[in-house]
Amino acid sequence: MKIQNRRDFNAGLMFLGIGLFFGVYSMDYSLGTATRMGPGYFPLMLAVIMGVLGLIVLVMSFMPADAQEPPGPTDWRGVGLILLSVLLFGLLLPFTGFLIAVLALVFLAAVASDESNMKETALLAIGLLIMGVGVFGYGLELQFPVLPPIFTR
Amino acid sequence: MDLLANLALGAATAFTLDNLFYCFIGVLLGTLIGVLPGIGPLATIAMLLPITYKMADPSTALIMLAGIYYGSQYGGSTTAILVNLPGESASVVTTLDGYQMARRGRAGVALATAALASFFAGTVATFLIAAFAPPLAEVAFKFGPAEYFSLMVLGLIAAVVLAHGSIIKALGMVVLGLLLGMIGTDVNSGTARFTLGIPELSDGIEFAVIAMGMFGFAEIIYNLKQTEARDLLKEKVTNYMPNKEDWRRGGPAAIRGTALGSLLGILPGGGAILSSFSSYAIEKKISKRPDQFGKGAIEGVAGPEAANNAGAQTSFIPMLTLGIPTTPVMALMIAAMMIHNIQPGPQVMTSNPTLFWGLIVSMWVGNLLLVILNLPLIGLWIKLLQVPYRFLYPAILLFCCIGAYSLNNNVWDVLMTIPFAIMGYYFKKWHCEPAPLLMGFILGELMEEYLRRALTISRGNWSVFIDRPLSAALLATAVLLLIIVALPFIRKKRDEAFSGEDD
Repeated sequence: MKIQNRRDFNAGLMFLGIGLFFGVYSMDYSLGTATRMGPGYFPLMLAVIMGVLGLIVLVMSFMPADAQEPPGPTDWRGVGLILLSVLLFGLLLPFTGFLIAVLALVFLAAVASDESNMKETALLAIGLLIMGVGVFGYGLELQFPVLPPIFTR
Repeated sequence: MDLLANLALGAATAFTLDNLFYCFIGVLLGTLIGVLPGIGPLATIAMLLPITYKMADPSTALIMLAGIYYGSQYGGSTTAILVNLPGESASVVTTLDGYQMARRGRAGVALATAALASFFAGTVATFLIAAFAPPLAEVAFKFGPAEYFSLMVLGLIAAVVLAHGSIIKALGMVVLGLLLGMIGTDVNSGTARFTLGIPELSDGIEFAVIAMGMFGFAEIIYNLKQTEARDLLKEKVTNYMPNKEDWRRGGPAAIRGTALGSLLGILPGGGAILSSFSSYAIEKKISKRPDQFGKGAIEGVAGPEAANNAGAQTSFIPMLTLGIPTTPVMALMIAAMMIHNIQPGPQVMTSNPTLFWGLIVSMWVGNLLLVILNLPLIGLWIKLLQVPYRFLYPAILLFCCIGAYSLNNNVWDVLMTIPFAIMGYYFKKWHCEPAPLLMGFILGELMEEYLRRALTISRGNWSVFIDRPLSAALLATAVLLLIIVALPFIRKKRDEAFSGEDD
């Protein structure tokens, strides 16, 4: 047996896993009957369908008729840096304020691209800061601290 | 006449200073994101949804969001013509002949054709909505829980059929979306489901968070590896006026496109993309000069452009009359309504007539604004196209983060985008379409509720879905759709139709 379609194989495995997860988790809730459905009824139904679909996709991925080249490798640098920048923004915002959170986001995100350089990124960060504070802070009155709390005290 | 009185009421709403202003902002913003690569209407509307919290009048909010939606279709065709890059998936076909016209020195005519065809289609579609929405809402009042459930099944199946790639995988994505929709507190029993013990999850996941993660962030990560090769038009765009020959060939094509688009737009899951593809195919088939297609045939611009705009607008009909979203963008519209405590459904027309008719008239106003706005601003859009992606993506990232934060004034929603971005990235790698997942997610809770009600009424008898004729007809249509796409002949055609799209 050889995997003919790596994309389908992965997708099928994911569907199957998710189906199992929700299926087992649904057992925690009362199922009830069709007339009086409990909170577990519909989710369990869906989880079973999910698992079956996952199995079908999985089996199909071994069929020569569905052969396809495997997907390219994961871009760890892109995924890592972009998501790290979002994570940092989220974690920093309540503690250090908008200013530092934006700087962290823009600089980390910029590193993900081969084409960006420090000077441009700094200008971009300043531009975005002004826009962010102006439009979102004052224009829309969104609630977030702009400066680090030390400065406001 | 009722229709005229209603339209007058709508005009009174749409022409207030506030609403005109936000309609303008909406279409301007829409055109902007349509022109810019890497961000679509879905992520933008999701990002801006929190802003509408602040608006006193829900009509204003909907008018602006709708403007973004059809404005983006419009901006998408501008880039399709000028740089051979579809800014929006619905404008993929416009690249075929629009860009060729531009290369032959007729960029101005192509842009004007797209603008006029869209405006014409928008005008007709506005009247169609005004004329057909009330009778459709009447039918909707006859819907019981069984009918609603079956209608949602049909909508989800339609979303599957229209997704590209494997049908089974698309079905899986729908079910995954439904399951994600189950996360949170069950309305009936008050049980917190699938929360993993995290209190924030007991309110469920924000739709906007999923949309931003899967469509915004995953897209950015993917684009980082794509090197940009933009074939920007060098010479200045002049001479917008189509000549007599253009009118003669483009006019009828625009009319056919409008008819086709209006029809397909109403179908669940249908809308702009399918409309433009079918229109192009039809124009090519009936043309006396099929060899000119792909070499700058004006019919290939006028038809699909009219069709996608008409389709984009008539897709509002099911949303407004049944309260059921047929596309992810419509789901965001519904979310905007609910924020303002308006329960979407057939009663909106009677309970909020100014909102209903105001929105409809504003669509026409928005289309007019687009024509006035777009042609003089072409120079600006061309400039914007030269903004390199390395400047754009940090900005998109930041605005999405702020948008997510402002949903509940909480960083939880910002952090929640991360798992969905990872999912979105791998979905793209594994050729799993995220659009059906979003449809499933939106409908999950509603579907469970209607299933529950239908079966309670029938005392647990599942045959209620086939015993009631309307429900049976809806389900039969869904089954028919699945059978049709599974047929080898159609399957081949479908693959061809989608093969032109991005990959």
